[in-house]
Amino acid sequence: MKIAVCIKRVPEMDVTFKIAPTGKAVDETGLKWDMSDFDGYAVEAALQLTEKAGTGEVHVISLGPDVVQETLRKALSMGVAKAVQLKCDTVPFDAYAIGTALAAELKDGGYDLIMFGKMSIDGANGVTQFVVAELLGLPLVHACSKLEIADGKGSARREIEGGGELVSFALPAIVSIDEGIARPRYPSLKGIMAAKRKPLEVRPAQLGEVRLTIETMELPPPRAAGRIIGEGAAAVPELVALLQNEAKVL
Amino acid sequence: MPDINPRASEHAEIREAVRAACAPFDSAYWQRIERESAYPDEFVRALTAAGWLAALIPEEFGGGGLSLTEASIILEEINRSGANSGACHAQMYIMGTLLRHGSPAQKARYLPAIASGACRLQSFAVTEPATGTDTTRTRTTAVRRGDRYVVNGQKVWISRVQHSDLMLLLARTTPLEQVTKRSHGLSVFLVDLPDAESRGLRVRPIENMVNHETNELFFDDFEVPVENLIGEEGLGFTYILDGMNAERILIAAECIGDGYWFTDRARRYAGERVVFDRPIGQNQGIQFPIAQAYAHVRAADLMRYEAARLFDDSQPCGAEANLAKLLAADASWQAANACLQTHGGFGFAVEYDIERKFRETRLYQVAPVSTNMILSYIGEHVLGMPRSF
Repeated sequence: MKIAVCIKRVPEMDVTFKIAPTGKAVDETGLKWDMSDFDGYAVEAALQLTEKAGTGEVHVISLGPDVVQETLRKALSMGVAKAVQLKCDTVPFDAYAIGTALAAELKDGGYDLIMFGKMSIDGANGVTQFVVAELLGLPLVHACSKLEIADGKGSARREIEGGGELVSFALPAIVSIDEGIARPRYPSLKGIMAAKRKPLEVRPAQLGEVRLTIETMELPPPRAAGRIIGEGAAAVPELVALLQNEAKVL
Repeated sequence: MPDINPRASEHAEIREAVRAACAPFDSAYWQRIERESAYPDEFVRALTAAGWLAALIPEEFGGGGLSLTEASIILEEINRSGANSGACHAQMYIMGTLLRHGSPAQKARYLPAIASGACRLQSFAVTEPATGTDTTRTRTTAVRRGDRYVVNGQKVWISRVQHSDLMLLLARTTPLEQVTKRSHGLSVFLVDLPDAESRGLRVRPIENMVNHETNELFFDDFEVPVENLIGEEGLGFTYILDGMNAERILIAAECIGDGYWFTDRARRYAGERVVFDRPIGQNQGIQFPIAQAYAHVRAADLMRYEAARLFDDSQPCGAEANLAKLLAADASWQAANACLQTHGGFGFAVEYDIERKFRETRLYQVAPVSTNMILSYIGEHVLGMPRSF
């Protein structure tokens, strides 16, 4: 079984973001970067599938400037066999442009399964896998929380409001991965050492037309200072009145 | 705010992976281990399984084949995480004696097993009740009888014996009065531990200030096969000495990890704790000791990297290794005091972890080598003054 996982390098989210002077991007000063969380689940799920099958290999693909090699190397040190960087100066916001480049790379790769995180945790569009599925003419199962491959067929569970949805599909196919499927392993020392000897191929990204751009970014307005009305039961009538008349939420 | 360690982004792969390996072992874990006076078995197993404790074993034997600089970063990050390397660091450097002086058969038999974690080599029996740092006066004897050495004597402060499969043992094979140099006549042996207590080794645990499993050992006609002698008979002391620089540098890195941990904790608390309507860190009496400790940690860190660089380049590094250990142990202790003082009474509460780390980092002033012995080394070997003892 040959699996490709498309991964994205994203900033770690536990910081207060600033907007760059252009007003169209996040200020990247001092940010730490890592593999997008859902992509990490996808890499882990792919590795577990090949380990369970006892055969096959996992490749990872990432699009962007040379800094994405750091993220690709992390995947290699987790156990992935090969990495491919689709090189471009900046990552466009338009999923069609990205999906076109990914589809061109994946088209003749002979993959049984192509995996994505269900969305990147920075852009949070969750669209790229749909673009790739459409361009390659493959079935897509979005946001899987369980995934099994057996006898050349796949089955997956999707979490829906109030329950689950079980689906089956033929291979080759595309699946995107939700949280809960597998906690990503952390690289071992052996993994890190082995990664240095694994192939990391660099090719120019064949981006599609960019039809969507960010015009401006803005931070949420600062919260107004709170007001202490009083303490205990004596404050309740005034609080209720304010919620009704001033905040108008009751 | 960026990491207070400006080199935290160097060797990022190793640092991040070690941090990830340590992350599941949180404050609650270490408090439980301490409360139960237990050995952190799950923690050591996790680090071993990920290969971190085999960092210095060459790749041909299944280890990581890392440089000493990289290995030191592993121990630094373990201590920085709030853990203490004492439970496992010996696995990393004791095997150096076996690696450098063991026979091909010994290396082939033991190193892959140590690298995989199937075999734990974490104990080194050198210190004795009556000899201390004056190792040439070692009284434990190993007398050859046919294909065995028969060991008799006593050792003390021998750690992790109950959690190791193998132990290195230093014993006198030629009486002191029969050697031309005092350092001759000592030999190093590999001792199989699992059934040792039924063969003449008595282990008496010593309750102590930190949760380090340490013991007194009594050898009574304890037999060691001849094939377990490492290197040449009588040269064991030189084998021990040539591992000292690596040990000093690795211990210095542990102190650096502690130093950053204490400084980070102190500056955060100083910024959060409000007394008299302002954060206590606004008071110079609180702020300056933390800043001064941080300056010393940073300076010691530079010496640690310099010593490690020289070691990795196969250049003499005795002075730098000793200086690094001295400066780092002093810096972590200064940072510990600043951190405890900043936290006031809360620093003594177990749930803050500071009192535990405080006790643990105090140990570096004494073990594995006391600060005074390093000063005497610097005085005599670096500055050319007369031997002081």
